[in-house]
Amino acid sequence: MPAQHTVRSYDSELEAVDSHILAMGGMVEDQIRNAIQALVEGNRALARRIIDLDARIDEHESEVDELVTRIVALRQPMAEDLRRLKTALKSASNLERMGDLAANVAKRSLVIEDAAQVPQREALKRLGNAVYNMTTDVVDAFRDGDAELAQRVWRQDESIDEMYNAVFLAILADMIADPRLIAPGTHVHFIAKNIERIGDHATNIAEMVTYMILGKLPDRDRPKANSVIGVDGDQ
Amino acid sequence: MVAAAEHAAEDTARPEALTLPAGRLPALDGPVKMRSRDLRLWYGDKLALTGINLDIPEHQVTALIGPSGCGKTTFLKCLNRMNDTIDGVRIEGLASLDGADIYDRAIDVVQLRARVGMVFQKPNPFPKSIYDNIAYGPRIHGLANGKRELDGIVESSLRRAGLWDEVSGRLDELATGMSGGQQQRLCIARTIAVSPEVILMDEPCSALDPISTARIEELIDELRDNFTIVIVTHNLQQAARVSQLTAFFHLGRLIEVNGTAELFHSPGESMTEDYITGRFG
Repeated sequence: MPAQHTVRSYDSELEAVDSHILAMGGMVEDQIRNAIQALVEGNRALARRIIDLDARIDEHESEVDELVTRIVALRQPMAEDLRRLKTALKSASNLERMGDLAANVAKRSLVIEDAAQVPQREALKRLGNAVYNMTTDVVDAFRDGDAELAQRVWRQDESIDEMYNAVFLAILADMIADPRLIAPGTHVHFIAKNIERIGDHATNIAEMVTYMILGKLPDRDRPKANSVIGVDGDQ
Repeated sequence: MVAAAEHAAEDTARPEALTLPAGRLPALDGPVKMRSRDLRLWYGDKLALTGINLDIPEHQVTALIGPSGCGKTTFLKCLNRMNDTIDGVRIEGLASLDGADIYDRAIDVVQLRARVGMVFQKPNPFPKSIYDNIAYGPRIHGLANGKRELDGIVESSLRRAGLWDEVSGRLDELATGMSGGQQQRLCIARTIAVSPEVILMDEPCSALDPISTARIEELIDELRDNFTIVIVTHNLQQAARVSQLTAFFHLGRLIEVNGTAELFHSPGESMTEDYITGRFG
């Protein structure tokens, strides 16, 4: 952050907002990593812990919302401060959704563990790890004010879409080959979609972090992979 | 005016194209009403304005902001030659109205001030009736033929200043008995009464309560349909609310001029950023 404000308490308030975002970011990173691990290892205890922890992320979001509203009302922030607060508000909302999606992955991992066979577990792990890395990068970009890193995350969305499309086709092929896989395959597809959506939210945060630092959104439309299910811009 | 002759040739055509610092053009177009080029002002040996280049767009509100002593009010007063009478003041460079140098010897300062009116920080009504306050200008400038026409000017000026409904029944009462907010709107009505083209406002709301301030801001927005407005304000939110163009001054220099939304959202200069975010010195 640049030089301090003449009113020091303003700095403390802005730092409090940042702290909440970074705390949320850290928790969401853990939730995603653990959700992937619970899925891959079939670790039911870990999956339940993820589901329980989700409420704490929601609490942070409420606090960011309250703090930002208070600062806007009392300080009338401008320029970089205004952009920072707008970014915090939107990032908190995106992080909260990412937490929900990680919890969804955990919930479905509990369900599929009852199935005799689970298709494409390794592919889900690769997709999950890629999205986890995006998430840690975008939280780091927010913390360090790194526009270049934020834009790199923003550009990764396309490869996440491609990975998701590949997983989708693979699940489809598995289900066609063996109808017994239709039930677990449907859950796996939802898991893949949830993970892909986490990537979309990380991309949204990357956009906002770019805006926060540079005062403008990334230059062009976000690169999107062609959808394999024939729905353009399917999100 | 040393530099005036050099600029005269390029400055005669109307409407003039709006020119702003390269690369950071706000979404404003249309003619320029007033223009300064390399405008410098000294108080004795002290250089208070260091070569100001600023275009004031017609029928827009231009806000001048900056810390105390930055030169914004000094610059404002250059626009209707209010600095002329101050001992030891020397001015160089160009200030023009519709392309004509306002510091030209042929310019009648009284006429200039009728075209470029001013509203001050503190309401300063004459200790006369409400009616006489408004009628004063039209009378000395000979703008009305007879009582009926003068009555018409008084009424229309008070209406345009949003004051008619509050005072129409008591035009003979002393203006000094009105509330502060009413007095300031009366001063705006008094300025309007001589049909100026430009209205300069020097912190017009600094002595007013929030409701009166809101009324003046609403009025400023309405007035720009007919007038070009330049406002000096310490209230950054006010500048953001009422103006379309904002100029940031510091230590006698014009640091940045830009569309208001752009300047308060993503200023181009770090000094502007520090000032508007409250990180200044």
